[in-house]
Amino acid sequence: MSNIALEVRDLVKTFQLDGSTINAVDQVSFQVNSGEFVALVGPSGSGKTTLLSILAALLTPTSGQVLIDGQDLAKMNEKQRVKLRREKIGFTFQSNNLIPFLTAKENVEFMLRLNGDLNHAGRIRSGELLARLGLGDRLNNLPAQMSGGQQQRVAIARALIHQPAVVLADEPTASLDTERAFQVVETFAHLIHENNRAGVIVTHDLRMCQYVDRVLQMQDGKLVREYTSQKEIMELAQAIH
Amino acid sequence: MKNFFLAAYLAIKEVIRNRGRFLMVALVIALITLLVLFIAALGEGLSNANRQYVANLDAQLIVFLEKSDFSITASRLETNTVKSVRRVEGVADAGPIYTSNTEIVSLEEPLKISMLGVEADRPGMPALLEGRYFRGGEAREAVMDKSVAERSNLKIGDEIRVRSTQGTEDQFYNLKIVGLVDKQAYFFQPTIFVPAATWELVRPQSESDLNSDTPFPNIIAVKLDDPTQIEQVKLRLLSQVANIEVADIETTINNIPGYTAQQGTVQTQGFFTLLIGVLVIGGFFQIQILQKVPQIGVLKAIGSSNAVVGVSAVLQIIIVTAIGVGIGALLTFLFSLGLPSAIPLEFNGTRSIFAIILLLLIGPLGGLVSIIYAVRIEPLKALRLG
Repeated sequence: MSNIALEVRDLVKTFQLDGSTINAVDQVSFQVNSGEFVALVGPSGSGKTTLLSILAALLTPTSGQVLIDGQDLAKMNEKQRVKLRREKIGFTFQSNNLIPFLTAKENVEFMLRLNGDLNHAGRIRSGELLARLGLGDRLNNLPAQMSGGQQQRVAIARALIHQPAVVLADEPTASLDTERAFQVVETFAHLIHENNRAGVIVTHDLRMCQYVDRVLQMQDGKLVREYTSQKEIMELAQAIH
Repeated sequence: MKNFFLAAYLAIKEVIRNRGRFLMVALVIALITLLVLFIAALGEGLSNANRQYVANLDAQLIVFLEKSDFSITASRLETNTVKSVRRVEGVADAGPIYTSNTEIVSLEEPLKISMLGVEADRPGMPALLEGRYFRGGEAREAVMDKSVAERSNLKIGDEIRVRSTQGTEDQFYNLKIVGLVDKQAYFFQPTIFVPAATWELVRPQSESDLNSDTPFPNIIAVKLDDPTQIEQVKLRLLSQVANIEVADIETTINNIPGYTAQQGTVQTQGFFTLLIGVLVIGGFFQIQILQKVPQIGVLKAIGSSNAVVGVSAVLQIIIVTAIGVGIGALLTFLFSLGLPSAIPLEFNGTRSIFAIILLLLIGPLGGLVSIIYAVRIEPLKALRLG
């Protein structure tokens, strides 16, 4: 049974630049269900990252609504937004994802520690999740001792370990070679489905769309097209070739 | 409390995992600590060498010659002034003090000393550590500062030979050590105490002084019946005794030649060393925070509060400063064991603890800007998402 984990209604974000108003996000509405993996694609400057920042409660929209697990971000103060990020959102970034002085396992466990949920079971779960991501022999390695792909997989584990409602990923494959990039997104998609989380990935690499359930295409701040069928998505993914 | 433990976890992990880098900073703090503690000890040592005798006097007021500006060397009182002072209401006792310098020549190395003429059992004569007081009159007996005795391998019953230039000739006198006193340095020199008449005989004198055999005291130490009545007795002394000025012990110490300037210099050195410490620590942690902007951005983006980030930065600074101060204090102790006794270093508990507290405070103070900066980092900008 699917339920709405993320809902965006008429979202607008404007910036003032040199006296003119720029609509970075313009009347965007969509929903993401639990267990659904959605890609946000579009050219550079289309508003993907701004939209993701608003979804992550890091940026306040000019107007419109964002509901995460039924909670309206607009009605929250900063303290409540920090709490929401901690409990309901999992996040991976392009780079500098991990805390450099914590090992792979400690980085993952940190999310549980942050939520006051780190116990024996949590420690075991962290180790198992990392092992499933092929990092069983890297648990005690520091980020500097791991490759970019391995670091991204640790970040994915960290984004999922506390079982958030929504997992957001900002260009997680930007710094990876093609093979590693496919591996990371495939694993990500698999875990999103398996754990029944709502996932949103921002990517400029259309080939990665083959692993998602739906693609939202943005241009000039607007959602211009939605690809829902596997046929359309595969065509989009292969269009790059 | 949860935030504190989370912050402590982050701070400790980072210090342990980057121990090389933090140890370097701790060593810089250790060197600053070493310098600050040595300056504090030097200040205490110099201060004691200058004022110890006066500070330990069993008296509350000192009588000087009028217009001598509370300078012991410039003051020279009439002999009968002592009797006049003793008659003033509120004065329990008063003792004349005669000051001069001489040299012990019977040792392997000649030793310059302060020779003070005092009356036994009167204010001005310190309490005995061992032995007995000298007899009165022109007894060739002396009570010696323990530090001189230890340094010169002398003991009670031994004789010392002192040289004194009188007129144009050197005269030599033998004095028998009959007692020892403790911590009585005066004017950077160890002290011997002799009877007033002996002092007049033995002290260096100019040609004109040789015609007189009456000793004139430099100052008079006044012990009060009630030490809380300092101001009242002072006024009474000034109104009833002619040609004098009166000061309390603190004023007397501050007017010892060079004392205030010397302490001011040492304190200024200490202040600037601490200031350098603040700047060094502040600079290091500011650079460190600038390097950690993306990391702090991640921490905040995944839900760490400002309190966690701020407290973590404070704890890290406290840990590194404490380690640095600990190493510095240990180094100071080890160095102090091997320093020659001629260097006037004295590790006074209060001064050292005060210096250590100041050193522990300079860490957070120096890192204050970086802590504020860390708390104000916006995750969006730090992660360059915006």
